[in-house]
Amino acid sequence: MSGHEIVLSVRGATKVYPGTQALKGVDFDVRAGAVNVLVGENGAGKSTLMKIIAGVEQPTEGQVLLRGEPVTLSGTAEAARHGIGIVFQELNLFPNMTIAENIFIGREKTRLGVDIDAGAQNEAARRLMERLEHDNPPDAKVGDLRIGEQQIVEIAKVLSQDARILIMDEPTSALSAAEVDILFRVIGELKSQGVAIVYISHRLEELVRIGDYITVLRDGRITGSQEMAQVDVPWIVRAMIGSASKDFAKTIHHEFGREILSVADMTLPRKGGGFAVDHVSLSLRAGEIVGIYGLMGAGRSELFDCIMGRQPGAKGRVTLDGAELAERSIHGRIKRGIALIPEDRKAEGLVQILSVTENMAMSSLTAFTRAKVHLDVNRERETVASYVKRLAVKVAGLDNPVSSLSGGNQQKIVIGKALMTGPKVLLMDEPSRGIDIGAKAEVFRVMRQLAAEGLGILFVTSDLDEVMELSDRIIVMANGRITGEMERKDATEERVVALSAPDGSGRHRAATEQNKELVL
Amino acid sequence: MTANAISDRAPARDLSIPLLILKARTFIALIAVVLFFSAAAPNFLSTANLIIMSEHVALNAFLAIGMTFVIITGGIDLSVGSIVGLCGMVAGYLVLNGVAIDLVGYTVFFNTAEIVLITLLVGIAVGFVNGILITRLNVAPFIATLGTLYVARGMALLSSDGATFPNLRGSAEWGTASFPLIGAGSFLGVPVSIWTLIVVGLGAAYLASRTPLGRYIYAVGGNERAAALSGIKVNRTKMFVYMFSGFCAAIVGLIIASQLVASHPATGETFELNAIAAAVLGGTSMSGGRGKIGGTIVGAFVIGILSDGLVMMGVSSFWQTVIKGLVIIAAVVVDQFQQRLQQKIALQRQAALGR
Repeated sequence: MSGHEIVLSVRGATKVYPGTQALKGVDFDVRAGAVNVLVGENGAGKSTLMKIIAGVEQPTEGQVLLRGEPVTLSGTAEAARHGIGIVFQELNLFPNMTIAENIFIGREKTRLGVDIDAGAQNEAARRLMERLEHDNPPDAKVGDLRIGEQQIVEIAKVLSQDARILIMDEPTSALSAAEVDILFRVIGELKSQGVAIVYISHRLEELVRIGDYITVLRDGRITGSQEMAQVDVPWIVRAMIGSASKDFAKTIHHEFGREILSVADMTLPRKGGGFAVDHVSLSLRAGEIVGIYGLMGAGRSELFDCIMGRQPGAKGRVTLDGAELAERSIHGRIKRGIALIPEDRKAEGLVQILSVTENMAMSSLTAFTRAKVHLDVNRERETVASYVKRLAVKVAGLDNPVSSLSGGNQQKIVIGKALMTGPKVLLMDEPSRGIDIGAKAEVFRVMRQLAAEGLGILFVTSDLDEVMELSDRIIVMANGRITGEMERKDATEERVVALSAPDGSGRHRAATEQNKELVL
Repeated sequence: MTANAISDRAPARDLSIPLLILKARTFIALIAVVLFFSAAAPNFLSTANLIIMSEHVALNAFLAIGMTFVIITGGIDLSVGSIVGLCGMVAGYLVLNGVAIDLVGYTVFFNTAEIVLITLLVGIAVGFVNGILITRLNVAPFIATLGTLYVARGMALLSSDGATFPNLRGSAEWGTASFPLIGAGSFLGVPVSIWTLIVVGLGAAYLASRTPLGRYIYAVGGNERAAALSGIKVNRTKMFVYMFSGFCAAIVGLIIASQLVASHPATGETFELNAIAAAVLGGTSMSGGRGKIGGTIVGAFVIGILSDGLVMMGVSSFWQTVIKGLVIIAAVVVDQFQQRLQQKIALQRQAALGR
């Protein structure tokens, strides 16, 4: 495979963020006409490395070489001039604009540099969507599309830039099996045109399927770099997680109690027809951990919103510990003993400018009052300090703004906030999102411990390993419906993945069967 | 190597003193202003002058306290100036005319305490309307309170057809002879309005720092969605701040009507801008989540003393306006600087701890 020329290389890249070092002297080569796979745990530094290549971030030390010449990429615009395009993990779309407008945002096709040529844009957008085999009209509003379709728009946006180096940061996280196949076909075409593709994912089966070169990152360092043909899955796993095994704190054995939460016939209509949550019923016992697996947009988070009373349009019964939750307000439901740890920590979990103490005590302030008015600040601090200790949160001071903490510690603050309300049921939406592997293991240990203490935990994840390792029982969702439910001992990866396909296609089953020994 | 890279940038201990100075900047500015005018303007430090100035400042300080809570929740209340005017007219009307109850043919006159109560309720009611518009009908705070600004002012003008209610001395017969004392009375040599400010100021500061409601106000402004998800009653919190702002404005309306022994429907025009200025000068962030009652009161004093002092020095009122504007801009620029520094220090401490 020496025919693949190195078009871009990163040498000795180090990136220091306040409080954490994301990259530690990383060397990385990108070869033209090939799929360069980058793999690593959450928080290993993949996204940071990509941001450096795409000009979003500048390395603290080290340099980027483009065809052997050192370049400074001071912004995405400059990176784009050098032919570098990136599909970000988070969707960077404007929901209030059309598909065509989104694709050409910042680079509008104009007449005389002023008047936007909507016709030409729509035509070009239509051709791009056709290439990706999607039939949404170019003037459809992006906000009305499914998440998976939005991801396609994001990909179309980068394709339209004719990038020579194309970075894709987990492009398939919300795509169905059929859509993944289409994407891979497009990637194949681009490869034959000599485009260098950097592909990030933690779905090993995908990587093995399309990768030509693989680079593994762990904790900010490269732990392996090889041609894909030379490696096997055990090699990847070893490089990814090191000698330490993936310790997700195996079950502390305990008996489950009575049914503590039951959801009956929960329904939430979707904007533009259909259901975001489609007649979902489930039950949870005290001390049990139930994992809900599904792709982005499967209705998992919406289900949690319904249970919490955040969706006024939701219909269905929620019964907590034998009594029906009649309260429509979040406040009322928290008081009854149900707490949600949201997926988006920054937007929904924390008030960034307030201190650790203020954030953690926020849900349970009335517990520290005299006559419901006077706040006993000392008692509040003591309680917060005890939770900080119990959850092993690393903080320099309880009065520091919560924004100064690392992701894992912030997550523990959110968990602490929920625990301080004395819940019976904990709903956790992607509890390990955006935290590093050490913190992840600790969060899982905490979850296990809480379950052993008799809490019922319902969690949502799109990480297959996580749902397999952590759950006592697994529920799979797709298109707002529960498509399968099984005890952990009856679950296999293939079964879970097949059930999670939004189109319920057999094609996906075939694809996973083919790679089943490759899945972790 | 990394540890060096972090600590080389700036050691933590070196930043804490500048930060302390920055944090106390409004207070330092107050001292500077006082020192400057006591040198530049004769009689500036005389007791009589200080009391007069404090009375001026108090009016703005009341409004600024209410405004601070509103701004901390991420909102704005443009209607306070109009509420001042409307409440002044309500008080004036009640002192002069009482309320005619047509059915019975009686006219009911209220005593001073009742008038005060009714007037305060009117202010709270306008705040209630603001709150309903913002929380239930989802009108942006700027627009909702702009609307009530016009409506309340219009009602004030309608109440007297634009005329002034003169000679509000009250009468012993109806128990309103004490009405002028709200503005003119004093206790231990300190005017009633100052005492009221002390009570309201301390109450508001206590509310902000030592009650759940105070925390909720900060949380709602810092991140409304996270606050709601934490079980905070966001709408109720917002209702409170607008009603409290209306309450503060009603106090000002009462004091002015009593001090002048007359109420004029145009009273309080542009007061809302001074209140916003005092809050911002005191370190309240317009994007919500941050601000202190103490800071706001000091901010109100800086603005008030600045304008009174400049008058005493004989500086043209046009220049006064320019200077006031520059001071506000400078305050916000320094505030941004402080925020960055503070963030840096917190991050350094966290970095020193390791991950």
